Amino acid sequence: MLNKNKKVALTGGFAVGEAINQINPDVMAVYPITPQTPIVEYFSKKVVDGKADTEIIQVESEHSAMSACIGASAAGARTMTASASQGIMYMMEVLPVASAMRLPIVMAVANRAISGPINIHCDHSDAMAMRDTGWIQIFSENAQEAYDNTLIVMKLAEKVLLPATVNLDGFILSHSVENLEILADGKIYDFIGEYQASQQLLDFKNPKTFGPVALPDSYFEFRKQIYDAMEKVRDEFNKVTKDFGKISGREYQKIETYKIDEAETVIVAIGSTCGTIKSVVDKMRAQGKRVGLLKIRLFRPFPYIEVKKVLEKIKRVVVMDRNLAFGTQQILAGEIQKSLEREVESVVYGLGGRDIYEKDIERIFLGKEIGDKGQFFLM
Amino acid sequence: MKEKNKKITVSGTCAGCPIGIIAKTVLESIDNPIVVANATGCMEVTTTIYPNTSWKVPYIHSVFANAGATISGVETAYKALLKKNKIKEKKPVKFVAFGGDGGTYDIGLQSLSGALEREHDFLYVCYDNGAYMNTGNQRSGATPWGASTETTPIGKESIGKDVKRKDLMSIVAGHHIKYCATANVAFLDDFKRKVKKAFLTKGPSFILVFSPCPNQWKFVSHKTIEVGKLATKTNFWPLYEIIDGEYKINFIPKSKVKIEEFLKIQGRFSHIFKRKDKDKLIKDIQNKVNQDWERVRDLEETRVRV
Repeated sequence: MLNKNKKVALTGGFAVGEAINQINPDVMAVYPITPQTPIVEYFSKKVVDGKADTEIIQVESEHSAMSACIGASAAGARTMTASASQGIMYMMEVLPVASAMRLPIVMAVANRAISGPINIHCDHSDAMAMRDTGWIQIFSENAQEAYDNTLIVMKLAEKVLLPATVNLDGFILSHSVENLEILADGKIYDFIGEYQASQQLLDFKNPKTFGPVALPDSYFEFRKQIYDAMEKVRDEFNKVTKDFGKISGREYQKIETYKIDEAETVIVAIGSTCGTIKSVVDKMRAQGKRVGLLKIRLFRPFPYIEVKKVLEKIKRVVVMDRNLAFGTQQILAGEIQKSLEREVESVVYGLGGRDIYEKDIERIFLGKEIGDKGQFFLM
Repeated sequence: MKEKNKKITVSGTCAGCPIGIIAKTVLESIDNPIVVANATGCMEVTTTIYPNTSWKVPYIHSVFANAGATISGVETAYKALLKKNKIKEKKPVKFVAFGGDGGTYDIGLQSLSGALEREHDFLYVCYDNGAYMNTGNQRSGATPWGASTETTPIGKESIGKDVKRKDLMSIVAGHHIKYCATANVAFLDDFKRKVKKAFLTKGPSFILVFSPCPNQWKFVSHKTIEVGKLATKTNFWPLYEIIDGEYKINFIPKSKVKIEEFLKIQGRFSHIFKRKDKDKLIKDIQNKVNQDWERVRDLEETRVRV
C-alpha cells in the first residue's frame, strides 16, 4: 500500500506494470511477447505476492487473450492486458469486436516491428496496423508518461465505453530504467473510481444478447455509434487529463509543443524519439536556428484541430513516421497533411529498431538528404 | 415447461435442423442461472438476428474461433466479481459454450484446448453436423470419409472427402478433464443425462453431439431423428462417456445394422452407390467404422485410463 507519491527508478515496462498493479483490475489476460513481457511478469509477481487481487487468465495466444478480455469485460469486470507486434496482428480479428461491444478494455502495447522479416525491436507498425479498429490510442515519450497514460486511459475508456491502448516504445522505453514518480494508491482509487459496467452480461434478471447478427438495416448504425463514441473522446480527454493534473501535478494535452515560438521548421513525431528531438532543438536554438517539435500524444482520435492551430503558420513541417506504409503516403504524415490541408515533408526512420541519433535529426531539421519525393529513409 | 420459464425459443433454423433442440436440451437440463458463449455458425446466425434474439439467458458471441476463450473470460470475471461481492445472483452460475464442428474441430480448437487446460468451470457443447453448413457445406475436420461437400465434390478423380475425420474425443480426452461424452440428438434422454452430469462436474467438461443436417446431408427434413438413430445403431456414432479417463459405452446396438443403411438415406453419400466399385467402397467404410468402434470397445473393456 503506497500512502504517498514516491520517486522510483523503473523501466517503462515495470512502470506500466506498477500502474496496472495500482489499478488492480478484476481480470487480466496474460500472454508473453517481447518486448511486452516485463509488463505481465511484473504484474503477475504483484498478484502472487498479494499486492493485487486480480484474476489472471494465462491464455494460450493473443487471439484468446483479447477474446477472454472481451468475455470478462462484457461480464462487467475491469479488464486489462498487454501485447505487441505479432500479438497485435494475431488478435486483430477481435480488436474491432471489443470496440463494437463498447468494452473499456485497456491494453498496454510495447511497440515493436511486425514480421516479416521477424524483428523484435521498436517501431510503430503494430500500433498503426490497429489504428482504425475503434480503439483509443495514446503514445508515451518516457516511463513517466507510460505510467501516467495507463491511468488516464483507464478512466477515459470507462467514460466513453471504448477500449484503449497505451503505447510505449519497445525496449527503448519498456526496458530502460528511468526516474519517475508513482502516485499514492488512494489518489489513483479516487481518480479512476470503482468500476460499474453499464451493460452487464451477468444480469440474470434482464438477460442480454451480446454480439448479435446485424443485417444491412442495423449494421451501419452500430458502426456509427463507435464513431460517435470516438468523437466524444475529444472533450472527455481534456476533462480526464485535467482531473489527472489535479492528483499528479502533470496536466497533459493531446499534443505537446516544444519551442515552436517563431519556429521556421517543426518536426512532428511520436514516442520516445521526441526526447531526442527536444535535445536537438535545444542545441540548434542555442545556435540561433528557429526549430521546434510537435509531439502527438493522442493518436486516436487524431487531434486535427489542435495540430492545425499549432502548425498553421509554420513555414516548414517535417513529419517523422516510425512505420512504413506501402503505395500511399506515410500514416502520420497523412494525418498532419489532413490537419493542415497542405503538403508536408515526410520522413521514415527507425524501422525494426534502427537507432536514430541527434545528428540524424539535425540533418532532418536542416533539410539534408531529403529525396526527390520528399521521402527520407534513414540509412 | 411454461412459456415464461423457457430459456430459448428457436425458430430461424432450416426445416428439420436439430440445433434448437440441442440448445434447449442443454439450457433446460438444470435450474441454475446460465451464461452462453457461442462461436459463429448455424446456431449463432439463426438465433440472434438483431433486434431479435432466441436467447432468454445471457448470451455472448464474438467471432468464429474463440468460444472457448470467450467463456474463459466470462467465467473468470464471475470468479473475480464474486470475490468482491459484486454478483447479485445467489445460485451458482453455470457456463456453457456452443460451437459447431468448424468452430470446434478446426478454427476454434486452440481456444478450446486452452480453456480445457486452464480448468475453467464450464461445459463445451460441440454440435457436429460434419461440415461448414452455415457457409453452404464445405468440408471440415469432422467431415467423414467419402462424403461429398462443395469443397470435396465428387468427380472423375474424386469420391468426395478422401481422408478420415479427426478423432476429436481423443483430442479432448488428452486434456484429462473429468468428464467428456458423445451424444446424439436422436437419443435425447441420454443427452439430457449427460448434460446434467457435465454441469455437476467441477472444472471443464465436453459433449460432442451428433446433429444431422437435412439440407446438406440431403435427406428429407422429417428424417432427422431416423438418420441420427441409424448413426448410432450402425456404430458410426457410438455413445460413450470418458469419466476420469475411463471409457464407458452407453449404447450397444441389439442387432448390428450395416453402415450401408446409414449411408444410403443421405444424398451426400449417394455417389458411392452409383459407382462400379461400390461394394468395395462400402466395405472399406464398414471396416473403418468397425475399427473405430473396436477401439472404443477395447478401451472400455481394458479399463485403460486415457
